[in-house]
Amino acid sequence: MSFEAFAADWPLVPALAFQAINGFASASTLFLVAAGLSIIFGVTRIVNMAHGSFYMLGLYVAVTLAPLVPGPLGYWGAVLAAALVMGLLGALVEITVLRRIYRAPELYQLLATFALLLVINDAALYFWGPEDILGPRAPGLTGSVALLGRRLPEYDILLALIGPIVLTVLHIVLTRTRFGRLIRAATQDREMVAVLGINEALLFTAVFALGAAIAGFGGALQMAREPANLLIDLGVLGDAFVVVVVGGMGSIRGAYLAAVLVAQVKALCTALGIIEIAGISFNMSKLTLVAEFLVMAVVLILRPHGLFGRPIPPAHHRGSVEAPLRPLTTTGKFSFIVIILGLAALPFLGAAFSYAPVLALDVLIAALFAASLHFLMGPGGLASFGHAASFGLGAYGTAFAATSLGLDTITAFAFGIAVAALGAALLGSVAVRLEGVYFAMLTLAFAQIVWSVVYQWEDVTGGSNGLFGLWPDPPFDSRTGLYLAALAVTVAGVMLLRYLAFSPFGYGLRAARDSAMRAEASGIPVARLRWLAFIVAGTLGGAAGGLFAFAKGSISPEAISVGRSIDGLVMVLLGGVQSLAGPLLGAGTLTVLQDTVMRETDYWRALLGGLILLVVFAFPGGIAGGLALLARRGAGR
Amino acid sequence: MMRGSTLVRAALIGTALALALLPARAAEPIRIGELNSYKAQPAFLEPYRKGMELAVNQINAAGGIAGRPLELITRDDGGNPGDAVRVAEELVTREKVDALTGTFLSHVGLAVAGYAAKRQVFFLAAEPLTDKITWSDGNRYTFRLRASTYMQVAMLMPEAAAAKRKRWAIVYPNYEYGQSAAATFKKLLSAAQPDVEFVAEQATPLGKLDAGPVVQAIADAKPDAVFNVLFGPDLAKFVREANTRAALEGVFVVSLLSGEPEYLDPLKAEAPVGWVVTGYPWYDIVLPAHKAFLDAYQGAYGEPPRLGSVVGYATIRSLAAGFTKASAAGGIDAERMIAAFKGLEVTGPFGPFIYRASDHQATMGAFVGTTAVKHGMGVMTGARYVDGASVLPSDAEVKALRPAAD
Repeated sequence: MSFEAFAADWPLVPALAFQAINGFASASTLFLVAAGLSIIFGVTRIVNMAHGSFYMLGLYVAVTLAPLVPGPLGYWGAVLAAALVMGLLGALVEITVLRRIYRAPELYQLLATFALLLVINDAALYFWGPEDILGPRAPGLTGSVALLGRRLPEYDILLALIGPIVLTVLHIVLTRTRFGRLIRAATQDREMVAVLGINEALLFTAVFALGAAIAGFGGALQMAREPANLLIDLGVLGDAFVVVVVGGMGSIRGAYLAAVLVAQVKALCTALGIIEIAGISFNMSKLTLVAEFLVMAVVLILRPHGLFGRPIPPAHHRGSVEAPLRPLTTTGKFSFIVIILGLAALPFLGAAFSYAPVLALDVLIAALFAASLHFLMGPGGLASFGHAASFGLGAYGTAFAATSLGLDTITAFAFGIAVAALGAALLGSVAVRLEGVYFAMLTLAFAQIVWSVVYQWEDVTGGSNGLFGLWPDPPFDSRTGLYLAALAVTVAGVMLLRYLAFSPFGYGLRAARDSAMRAEASGIPVARLRWLAFIVAGTLGGAAGGLFAFAKGSISPEAISVGRSIDGLVMVLLGGVQSLAGPLLGAGTLTVLQDTVMRETDYWRALLGGLILLVVFAFPGGIAGGLALLARRGAGR
Repeated sequence: MMRGSTLVRAALIGTALALALLPARAAEPIRIGELNSYKAQPAFLEPYRKGMELAVNQINAAGGIAGRPLELITRDDGGNPGDAVRVAEELVTREKVDALTGTFLSHVGLAVAGYAAKRQVFFLAAEPLTDKITWSDGNRYTFRLRASTYMQVAMLMPEAAAAKRKRWAIVYPNYEYGQSAAATFKKLLSAAQPDVEFVAEQATPLGKLDAGPVVQAIADAKPDAVFNVLFGPDLAKFVREANTRAALEGVFVVSLLSGEPEYLDPLKAEAPVGWVVTGYPWYDIVLPAHKAFLDAYQGAYGEPPRLGSVVGYATIRSLAAGFTKASAAGGIDAERMIAAFKGLEVTGPFGPFIYRASDHQATMGAFVGTTAVKHGMGVMTGARYVDGASVLPSDAEVKALRPAAD
C-alpha cells in the first residue's frame, strides 16, 4: 500500500506522527530552560525565580546583536554571545546578591531571586522599550523539508537536534570532568565537598553562571521563532519548574525526558483538535492551557520524586537552628490589643484619612492570607507554592453563593469557606505525602489546575472575566461596615492560628517539621497532623478569599494565579518565617509598599524588587527576625 | 478723616483681594482619575498616555471647561482587578476625582465598572473590548469608548462573506476576548452564508502559543479560509511559522486588530500580505480631523501616533465634551454626567461620533483594509472607515442584551 493510500485511509496517523516530530523541537526549547534550573537547584538548592529572566534577556541580547553582522556569522555569533553574556550576568548575580544570603534560612534565596526577576524585567523595559522585537531568521535555515506530505521547518529540525546534543555535552561534562564530578558531589553532599577543601564559593559561582548561560542560549535560539517581549520571563518559568520537577530535581536526563513528555502531550492536544465523546464535542486544544501541570500532578502522585529524582538530602547549613516559638509576653499581648484598637479606629479619623481604611482592608485580607500560609510554612515546615488555590476557592465559592445561589452575605461567606476547606482536604490528602520542593511543586500544579478550570468554566465561574456584582448586604455594604467585619474575621483567624500553634497539635506539627522520624517514633501521626494543618491553612486562606470577593465586588481568575501564590510567599518571607508575627508584618509591608511605589514611579517593579533585596540583605530573617535582633541588641544581649 | 480713609483703603484692599481670590476659586480644576495597566501593557499604553496628555494640554490652552482647567491623575492599576478596585477607591476617596476613566484588560474594566456602579461614580471605560461591559454586565454609571469585540468582528463580515469560502478554520487566544470573537464570527458568518463549515478551532494559551503544532493542525484541516484572533507575540510566532510551512498559501485570512501599528509594526517585512484586518493606517487617512490630530501629535512627540494615542486622545475629548455639557446643565456630578453622555456628540481623530443612550457604547469606528508590505514595513491598503453605528445592533435589540441596566 502506498503512503498516499495509507494516509487517505488513516488521515490521523501521519498527522499525529508529524505533530510528534514537531514536539521534539518544542521539547528542546523546554529542556534548555529547565537544564540550567535543574543544575542550579541541584548544587545550590536555590529555587531560582529569575531563571526565566536569563532566558528572556538572552533573547533580547541576541535580537540586538544579530543585525549588526549580516549572514550566519551575525546570527550564530549573537546566539553564542547571548549565552556568554548571560553566563557573566549569572556569575555577577551570584557574587553580588546570592553569596550574601546563603546563611539565611532556606527560601530566602527564592525571595532574592524573585526581587531580581522584578528588577530585570524593568531593566529590559528601560533598555529595549515596550514594543516586541522580532529578530532575524537563521540564515540558510529559513526553508522547510517535505515529510509525510507536510512541510517541516529546517530550523525545527536543528532545534530538535540541539536538545539531545546539549544533553550529551552536559552528560559528558558531568561524568568525565573534574568540574562535573564536583557538581555531582555537591548535589549529593555539599558539606562533604566543602570539608574536602573544595572552594565552594567558586563552585557555586560557576554553576550559577553555567545555568544562566544555558538559559540564555535557549532564549537566543528562540530568535527565529518568537519576538523578544517582556512577558517571556514568567511565561517560561512555570514550564521550566514543571520540567525540572517531572524529571526529578537535579537530573539532567530526567529534565530532557520530561521536556519531551510535556511537549508531546501538548502537541497531541493540539493535533486532536475538536473531538466528540459520547455526543459531546470537546476542544482538546483548550487543554494546552494546563497540560504541563496535569502531567506534573500525575507524575508526582505516581512518583513522588519525579521520573529520575532521588529524595533530596537535607541541606545542613541552615544559618542556625530555629528557636522555638514563644507565646506572647504581657507586653506583646498589650501591643496586640493596642494595634487592634488602632485599626478599629481608622474609619473614624475623618476625611483627611479617608483612604486609610481602604488600604487597611487590603492589608487585613493579605495578612489573613499570609498568616494562613505561614501556619503551613512555619510550624508545618511545608512551603506551599499553590496557596492561591485556597484563596481562590474561598473567593469563588463565596461569589458563586452570593450571585448564582442568591444567598445572603454571611451564609455565602460560610459557603465559600466550606468550599475552600473541602478543596484543601481533598488536595491535601495527596500533597502532604510529599516533602520539600516536591510538595511545593505539587501544590503549584494543583493551583494551576484549579485556575484553568475556573478560567474556562464560563457558566459557573464567568471564565476569564470572572463574576461581578457581589457587593455585601447591609450593614457590610458601607466601607466602614465591611472594614470592621474584615478586621473581626482577620483577628479571629490570627488568634485561632496562634492558639493552634501552642496547642498539642501545633507542638506535634513543629516536632514533625524538625524531625519527622523522631516525631513518628514518639507516636505523633505526622501525616495526619500535616493533613490537618493543610486543611486549617486552606480554610483560613479561603476566608481571606471570601473577604476579598466582597471587598472588590468582583472576582476573577487572577485570585488563583501563580502571582498570588508568590505574593503570599513573599509576604511570609519578607516578614519572617520564624515568627508568628512575621506574616502580618510582611503582608502590611508588601501591600503598603506596592500601593506607594505604584504611585511614585513608572518603574515600580524595579523599585519594589530593590526594596525587597534591601530587606533581605539587612534582615536575612525577615522583618520580624530583624526587629528581634535589634531588640536583643538594644537589651544589651 | 484718617480713620475713614483707612477704612476705605481697607475695604478697597479687601475687595481687591476678594476679586483676586474669586477667579482662583472658579479655576478649581476638574479632576479626571485615570487608571490603566501601564506596566502590563506598555506597548499600547505609552502612546495612549501621550494621546491623553496632548488632549489635556490642548483643552487647557484653549481655556479649559467653563473656565476650569482639566487635571489628569493617572495611576497604574496593577493589571489585575483587585489592585484596580483599590486604586479606583484611592482616586475617589483621596484624590476626590470627578470621574474615573481608563482600563485596558476586560476583567479589570468590568471590575472597575462594577465599583463605579456601587459607589455611584461616573466611569468611561476607554479600551476594554468585552461586549459584557455595555451589554450583559452593563450598568448605569459606565460608558465605553472603544469599538467592542462584537463591532470589530462585524466590521470584517462583509469581506468575510464576500470571499464565499466554504471551509473556515479559527484560531484564537483562549480567554473571553478570543472566545467571544470566535463565537460572534461563527454566528454572523453562518447567518450570512448558511453553507459554511468550520473545520478547525484552535484555542491557544494567551502569550504562550506553541506555533508549530497549531499551524500544522490548521493546515491539516485543509481550510480555504482562516479567521485569526491572535495578537502581539502570538501573532508574530503564528505568521512566521505559517510562512515557513507555507501553511496559508491560497488561504483567505481575516484577522482581528492585526492592522493596528502596535501589532503590525514588530513584524516588519514579514508582515502578512493580503489579510483583511481591522486597524489604524495613520499614514493613509484623509479625514481633516485626523490631519489636525496627526500634525499636533507628531509636533508634540516627534513620532507617529499609534492606535493607543487615538484612544487616549478621544477618551479625554469625550470627557471634556461630557463635562462641558453637564456644566451647562448645572454641574458635573455623576447623575448629570450620565445624562450628558447619553447621546453625547464628540469629535475625535476619526471624526464625529456619539455615545448611544441605549447601551452607553460610543460609535467611534475603525478601519478595515488589506495588509501589504511597503518599504520593509507592514501596512494596510485600501482602508475604509467603518462607522461604529453601522455595525451595532438596534436600540430594541440592545434592550434584550442589557438586562440589568437602564
